[in-house]
Amino acid sequence: MAKKRTIRTIPQERTPMTERAPLERARTFDEVACGYTLEQALRESERCLRCPDEPCIRGCPVGIDIPGFIARIGESDLRGAYDVLTDTTLLPAVCGRVCPQETQCEGVCTVGDTLEPVAIGRLERFVGDMAISEGWSNIPFIEPSGKKVAIVGSGPAGMACAADMAKAGCSVTVYEAFQQPGGVLRYGIPDFRLPNFVVDQEVEKLARLGITFRCNTLVGRLFTVERMVTEMGFDAVFIGVGAGAPVFTGIGGESLNGVLSANELLTRCNLMRARDFPEYDTPIAIGRRVVVVGAGNTAMDALRVCLRLGAESVSCVYRRSRAEAPARGEELHHAEQEGVRFEWLTDPIEILDDGKRGVRAIRCRRVELGEADGTGRRRPVAVEGSEFEIPCDTVVFAIGTSANPVIGQTSKLALDDRGYIKVDEDLATSMAGVFAGGDIVTGAATVIEAMGAGRKAARAMKRYLGLRDTDGVYDDAQDGELLFGIADGQRNHARLVVA
Amino acid sequence: MPPQDASSYEIVSREDFSDVTYLLEVRHPEMAVAARPGQFVIVMAHPRGERIPLTLADFDPGRGTITLVVQAVGKTTREMQRDLRVGSSLYALIGPMGEPSHIGPAKKVVCVGGGLGVAPVYPQARVYHERGAYVIGVIGFRNKDLVFWEDKFRAVCDEFIVCSDDGSVGMKGLVTAGIEVALSRHSDIEQLIAIGPPVMMRGCAEVTRQRKIPTVVSLNPIMVDGTGMCGGCRVKVADRIRFACVDGPEFDAHQVDFDDLMFRLARFKPEEKAALERWQQSCRMPAAVS
Repeated sequence: MAKKRTIRTIPQERTPMTERAPLERARTFDEVACGYTLEQALRESERCLRCPDEPCIRGCPVGIDIPGFIARIGESDLRGAYDVLTDTTLLPAVCGRVCPQETQCEGVCTVGDTLEPVAIGRLERFVGDMAISEGWSNIPFIEPSGKKVAIVGSGPAGMACAADMAKAGCSVTVYEAFQQPGGVLRYGIPDFRLPNFVVDQEVEKLARLGITFRCNTLVGRLFTVERMVTEMGFDAVFIGVGAGAPVFTGIGGESLNGVLSANELLTRCNLMRARDFPEYDTPIAIGRRVVVVGAGNTAMDALRVCLRLGAESVSCVYRRSRAEAPARGEELHHAEQEGVRFEWLTDPIEILDDGKRGVRAIRCRRVELGEADGTGRRRPVAVEGSEFEIPCDTVVFAIGTSANPVIGQTSKLALDDRGYIKVDEDLATSMAGVFAGGDIVTGAATVIEAMGAGRKAARAMKRYLGLRDTDGVYDDAQDGELLFGIADGQRNHARLVVA
Repeated sequence: MPPQDASSYEIVSREDFSDVTYLLEVRHPEMAVAARPGQFVIVMAHPRGERIPLTLADFDPGRGTITLVVQAVGKTTREMQRDLRVGSSLYALIGPMGEPSHIGPAKKVVCVGGGLGVAPVYPQARVYHERGAYVIGVIGFRNKDLVFWEDKFRAVCDEFIVCSDDGSVGMKGLVTAGIEVALSRHSDIEQLIAIGPPVMMRGCAEVTRQRKIPTVVSLNPIMVDGTGMCGGCRVKVADRIRFACVDGPEFDAHQVDFDDLMFRLARFKPEEKAALERWQQSCRMPAAVS
């Protein structure tokens, strides 16, 4: 091994990741970020100091042994790096792409105190992609527990929970309402950020753990949650159906044709492939000029999808300033590079009719930021006489979601006053054996937070079912000696290559 | 491909009522048990297809099937008419969706179906009949050739009125004329259910509004997921935005903004027209060659 690294000896500059040129990529759904080459990954791996603190592990919602996998990359042991990752995460190719690393592992990276932090997400993606192209797959040795578990929703929370329960020997069935599994990874996040083949691969891995996927199944309506834990014989159920119901603002003109939610835009485009209309049957008509209201990650996805659908002008209207925008910095940056116009400190007032029930323009006014409100963000205050119109054909609302009502309508599960499922600290609901996590509990959050909730619920479900908790390693001190509570070298974990 | 549902949604019977209307009976034992009057399903005919909502026309737990009645109007429904045969399968079938009809204690009800709405109003007539209510069926078609399910309705209706636009069958006139006949015979009608094209449902709502007869309609806006996630199906009811897929599809007819519904149904008209024309051309090509 090389001598001890210091902040002075490591490569000072963060290794850039090759990206398609903004104006070229803004017209195709090909992935924007091309991923590291081996050479780039090796160089970036040298930037990890292997500091004793390992703050990155604590910064990761699922507690990945980040210095461990990066060290393996540095030794050119990519398979080893993958093994370290899959001790903790099932979906490195997904998380490496969509996690907000800047507020998690990279946000607390020791290198980041002085220089740009280690590009942990890019390295994770590099290993995840390598595993896909090489066909690596780690199937743990699973001893059947005789327990039967159902997962409602195949998004990140459900997938993470399903994987942990399958590893604990449970027979796991995942129910999905759409025709393909993946949840928000499939219908929400566009291909240029997370290609569908990556989702397919990650789902395929879960199937190899013996997990059964049942698509086209709307739980609550086809059968109730109550029936699942009684007649259908499930010993435990996890509900991770996502938040769902899109919010509109209530301003005039919202029912005009040409006004839609970001969820609808993204679902039509990503899941239903409306971008390939008429080869695919689902239409999407966005016209030449689009305004997206909101500045979160979903709004960035919607803006960038509209560019790729061929819109000539795409504008983002947000009532706070760039500093308050909830989107990840990288997403904002990409949208800016690709030519999205940003109208910061702008409040929509009314959507104007073109006389044929379509959209002619959106009327807005400028605002200034006043005192902080309950969320700690400064409250926008209207500027007198600042009203103006932005001509457009389509208005997309990306201002958040409220609780999906279906589970509430069809079960006796206790809900909070906003309609989200009530849970205790173990994510147990008011119904014995039924757990819940992700957006249907917390409201809209990130993919990795949902995965974290799925794993947390899995721990509680294992306790509830009297199964040995194999995930102690994530809770306990990161001693590195014990994995799944078993000494290194005697792991209940067989690494196999499945071609 | 990612794993798919093992069940195959096989078509077990098909009946063509006319050039444009056809019935598909599809195997789905779980749904046959779960379904209630008023609910709907979403169908994808093939992996490149669109998701289309269809109100359940019938369901039979004994046979393990659900029944859909489809009108071939656009590209998707015409393609289904051409391609779906007994033994073939739908790519996706999701449901039952939406809140079931609220079957109240009414002792005398009128069940109104117009055109394609004739099929989905049938389960409601049946359930009222089974509960001992006096059921008056009013169904309307453009002409005699389009009539279907007369026998099924007669079996569950105490009175049955068929209307046709041209008078070729039953009484000449719209279903609203049929409703007027029923109302002139009975002063104690407690509930009316109307399913059909929006303009018909609006007409029915106007007939019952001044008489203050509780009236329910089943709305059919454009949908994608059908689970409350996209908001494409939003309708205005009592000046509030509601999602037909999870808050409906049935609403108080006297509170529904039918103009809004009709405008929103025309949202993709140019795309629908283009898709249909393109499909028809591609269909004719092989025929011309052979």
